[in-house]
Amino acid sequence: MATSVLFDAPGPKTVARHRVYTVATYGGLLLVVAFIAWRLQQTGQFAYDLWEPVLTPSIIEVILVDGLLNTLKMAFSAIILAVVFGLVFGMGKLSDHAWVRWPCWLVVEFFRAVPVLLLMVFIFYQFGGVTNGDRGAYWSVVAALALYNGAVLAEVFRAGINAVPSGQAEAAYALGMRKFQVMTIILLPQAVKIMLPSIISQCVVALKDTSLGYAIAAIGLSTVSRLVYIEYGNQLQVVAVVALLYISVNLVLTGIATWIQKKFVGEKNPIDLTRAGNMDGGQNTGGGV
Amino acid sequence: MNVVLDNAGDIALAFIYTLSLFVVAGVLSLIFGALLAAARVGPVAVLRKAAAVYVTLIRNTPLLIVIIFFRFAGPKIGLTFSFVDIRVADIRLNNLYAACAVGLIVYTSSFVCEALRSGINAVPLGQAEAARAIGLPFGGVMSQVIMPQAMRHALPPLASVQIALLKNTTVCGALGVFEAFARMRGLTNDFASARTEIFLAFALIFVVLVEVLSFVAYRLERRWRIA
Repeated sequence: MATSVLFDAPGPKTVARHRVYTVATYGGLLLVVAFIAWRLQQTGQFAYDLWEPVLTPSIIEVILVDGLLNTLKMAFSAIILAVVFGLVFGMGKLSDHAWVRWPCWLVVEFFRAVPVLLLMVFIFYQFGGVTNGDRGAYWSVVAALALYNGAVLAEVFRAGINAVPSGQAEAAYALGMRKFQVMTIILLPQAVKIMLPSIISQCVVALKDTSLGYAIAAIGLSTVSRLVYIEYGNQLQVVAVVALLYISVNLVLTGIATWIQKKFVGEKNPIDLTRAGNMDGGQNTGGGV
Repeated sequence: MNVVLDNAGDIALAFIYTLSLFVVAGVLSLIFGALLAAARVGPVAVLRKAAAVYVTLIRNTPLLIVIIFFRFAGPKIGLTFSFVDIRVADIRLNNLYAACAVGLIVYTSSFVCEALRSGINAVPLGQAEAARAIGLPFGGVMSQVIMPQAMRHALPPLASVQIALLKNTTVCGALGVFEAFARMRGLTNDFASARTEIFLAFALIFVVLVEVLSFVAYRLERRWRIA
């Protein structure tokens, strides 16, 4: 184990001990897998009837087109709106005028702390979502996610702009630029580079949260899967397939984020909001999970 | 405001469910997440891989899907939690509650594991090397040098995860536990004209709870700060 500095390179006794642990772990994992397989067998979950729906082209089409595609559309619309919301309020929080700064701070704190589900249902019933069928449900999900993720992104933008070395802004002011010019020409272009990985990780959060559309029957992966398993009674199989779809899409997004981070930012992310330094003024409200 | 005040008892009961879910899932996810983190940084390669696979799979699955698994797919293979039936005054913790709580624990512990691991990774290499150079064994390195520093690094993300957990308990409301979200939906259905007040009341209670947690975490961080 030369790769870790936490422990020494093991001697012969420790190697033997680790070998025992390894065998025990393998045994334990095998037992768990075997028990699950046995349970599935016992309860007849391998029966072809239960798997048939998720292997039938027409149902696969429903899951992929009505489910996955709508989920992706919802996540995409929500992120676009969230970026706009985040930019406006993130810059608002950096304003020199207290009467702009405080309302922006209040709005951001509110939407970061309120559970998305509460927001979603409220928007759905209060702002006509319920009377407009599928479109109403769709836009209720998008609006709730845009507000929540926008509030999180506002924090990201603020931190990103603050992470640009202060000499940059000072030099720009010395050249005689106005505040707006300094922000748009000097600070934002440099900050975007630092913020990109956080924005993409937020896309993963938004994508996962689209599943909450279940509560208001917005057509998406979670709602469609419910319709399928209620019709065929194959909860286990459908949940497995849907989870796999979510995991694949999220892994692709995470991969892109890692690649961008390596390419533009380097190994360390200066504004990782889940890390130390985000606690000033007790502003940590659990973004990113 | 009348609707909110008239139903204050119901709302309080709903938030007792929410908080009980939060406490149960919070404590157990911390324990389980710590075990996972130990497996992920430990010397046994298989355990490291197994824990990594678990974390990757669960982290990328929406919480709703995880809970649906325990709530609807679990019973299909005999995982019914029917042995859980606890009554305390007006609060009844049944099998639905248990399924949702287990979903929350499974989901949150993967994030706890990542927070702890990132804390351990944030300790500079030189610390571990120096500890080993003065002759500390693995246990000593961990308990005397690494963990005290790692805990300080891990505290902000851990707090973040627990705050997210508090907000995530609302998902259980969509799947049969009568906590804050379910109660809010019930009230807004019964009193459609007072919808905004009801929403604001629930939202503000959540804001207060989140700010309290956030403040506790901030104070802990201040207290444990070394320099």
